[in-house]
Amino acid sequence: MSTLTAAATAYDVERIRGDFPILGRDVHGKRLVYLDNAATTQKPRAVIDRIVRYYSEENSNVHRGVHMLSEVATAAYEASRTTVKRFLNARDEKEIVFTRGTTEGINLVAASWGRRHVKRDHEVLITAIEHHSNIVPWQLMCEETGAHLRVVPVNDAGEIVIEEFARLLGPRTKIAAFGHASNALGTINPVKRMTAMAHAAGAVVLIDGAQGVPHLNVDVQDLDCEFYAFSGHKVYGPTGIGVLYGKREVLEEMPPYQGGGDMILSVTFEKTTYNALPYKFEAGTPNIAGAIGLGTALEYVEAIGLPNVAAHEHDLLRYATALLKEIPGLRIIGNAAEKASVISFTLDGVHPHDIGTVLDQQGIAIRTGHHCAQPLMMRFNVPATGRASFGLYNTREEAEALVAGLHRTIEVFR
Amino acid sequence: MDDLRELYQQVILDHNRNPRNFRELPNATKRVDGYNPLCGDHYTVFLEMDGDVIKDVGFTGNGCAISKSSASVMTTSVKGKHIAEAERMFETFHRLVTGEPAGLNEAELGRLAAFSGVSEFPARVKCATLAWHTLHNALQGEEEVVTTE
Repeated sequence: MSTLTAAATAYDVERIRGDFPILGRDVHGKRLVYLDNAATTQKPRAVIDRIVRYYSEENSNVHRGVHMLSEVATAAYEASRTTVKRFLNARDEKEIVFTRGTTEGINLVAASWGRRHVKRDHEVLITAIEHHSNIVPWQLMCEETGAHLRVVPVNDAGEIVIEEFARLLGPRTKIAAFGHASNALGTINPVKRMTAMAHAAGAVVLIDGAQGVPHLNVDVQDLDCEFYAFSGHKVYGPTGIGVLYGKREVLEEMPPYQGGGDMILSVTFEKTTYNALPYKFEAGTPNIAGAIGLGTALEYVEAIGLPNVAAHEHDLLRYATALLKEIPGLRIIGNAAEKASVISFTLDGVHPHDIGTVLDQQGIAIRTGHHCAQPLMMRFNVPATGRASFGLYNTREEAEALVAGLHRTIEVFR
Repeated sequence: MDDLRELYQQVILDHNRNPRNFRELPNATKRVDGYNPLCGDHYTVFLEMDGDVIKDVGFTGNGCAISKSSASVMTTSVKGKHIAEAERMFETFHRLVTGEPAGLNEAELGRLAAFSGVSEFPARVKCATLAWHTLHNALQGEEEVVTTE
């Protein structure tokens, strides 16, 4: 009992909620219940204030000019890179490339690394639970190079069939790309094991960490993957900023992704010399405020402690899953043994969009649709699902509100 | 819950549960697919034309209560109508669901009036009009028109 009390006081969700201004607002006259965190998370005041401070007091371009503001902005921008390096436990700031988000990170690897290393009849291995952003860049690259896309199937619980992953890895596999956690089903993949398996087959590994970073401790040295991509806005940071981690020696020999300012050492019309890492991959003026805001967001999460966040979210997942299972006609899609706090579901006789509208009228925000994972929806033979995803500020009461909302949905459609 | 009852009127719930003309037409002269790529809704509209008159109409596919009931009511409304008449109905219907009552002819609406609540839900306008856009394309011979047989 005493340990329970200690755990409860250690994680003060009400205090945390107080850090998020938007959670105080109403929607359709009801208190907002925000359960769409896998789409994007809300922002703590610390992040909002930091961005305001940047534009109010520090705004300038980075890596240019000798004036004071430029030095301040550059220092803040680079300090964020150091925060990201620490957060991912990377060896070196040079391994941290700022991008627009996960999607751009994956496209960067497909275009730059892919163009150099993937040739006709090579293979790219992905899985059946990938987000479109970890499917389409590879399809584009395969079309260009004549390589083939191979897809590891999932079982009925929504878990990658690891024996099939092993079977599909072969001498032609140049790169294996898979998610850390599934945005549509919540499945957490055994990424460390999969990375080791891919390496044994001679393949390079990219992990789509969009859903990993907000929920799981990420140590890129321990994972040993070549690439890890994530988005700032899914981990309480701003939109339009993300990170591509790449092993230094791998990034070093890759050609630039985009050309422009900041990514060059010298330009003549005869020959251009590219800048050092990570600037080689940061052409043009970057999203400076976004990068600084992301650094603040990661510090915010660090201060609460990811293990505490994970424990809180896991409690919500278990609690909500148990409650939802009691609703007649409700089917949870994705019952993996290891799950992030994402619950995808269908309700007999009610289309997910209609569920979404009825819940919205009660102030409850969930995602409905195919979650940018159409092949996965086909696998489970559903056109769409409703998806409730929990973040570090959600509560058991909000899970109960969701259940009450679903009962009202059933009433409307009875 | 009032807005919800206004949106999900009995006619809509009924046509969602028991969609009318929910079938492929064996003698279809036109068949057009309508997708909403954002939400994954997908319907196929089948037309059997007799000159400029819609002799028969059917539909198949999947989507939310609003899109499915709208497709169903649409088929019951346009069957036996001249192309021009069906197109005018679409215009009227579009005005209704986007909340532009100017020039709205109540008498012309009939069962379509059940969709008046949609205008309070801007995100659902695309659901209500998906089948109508598909029909429009079929009547205009635009997009991918596949003639069966």
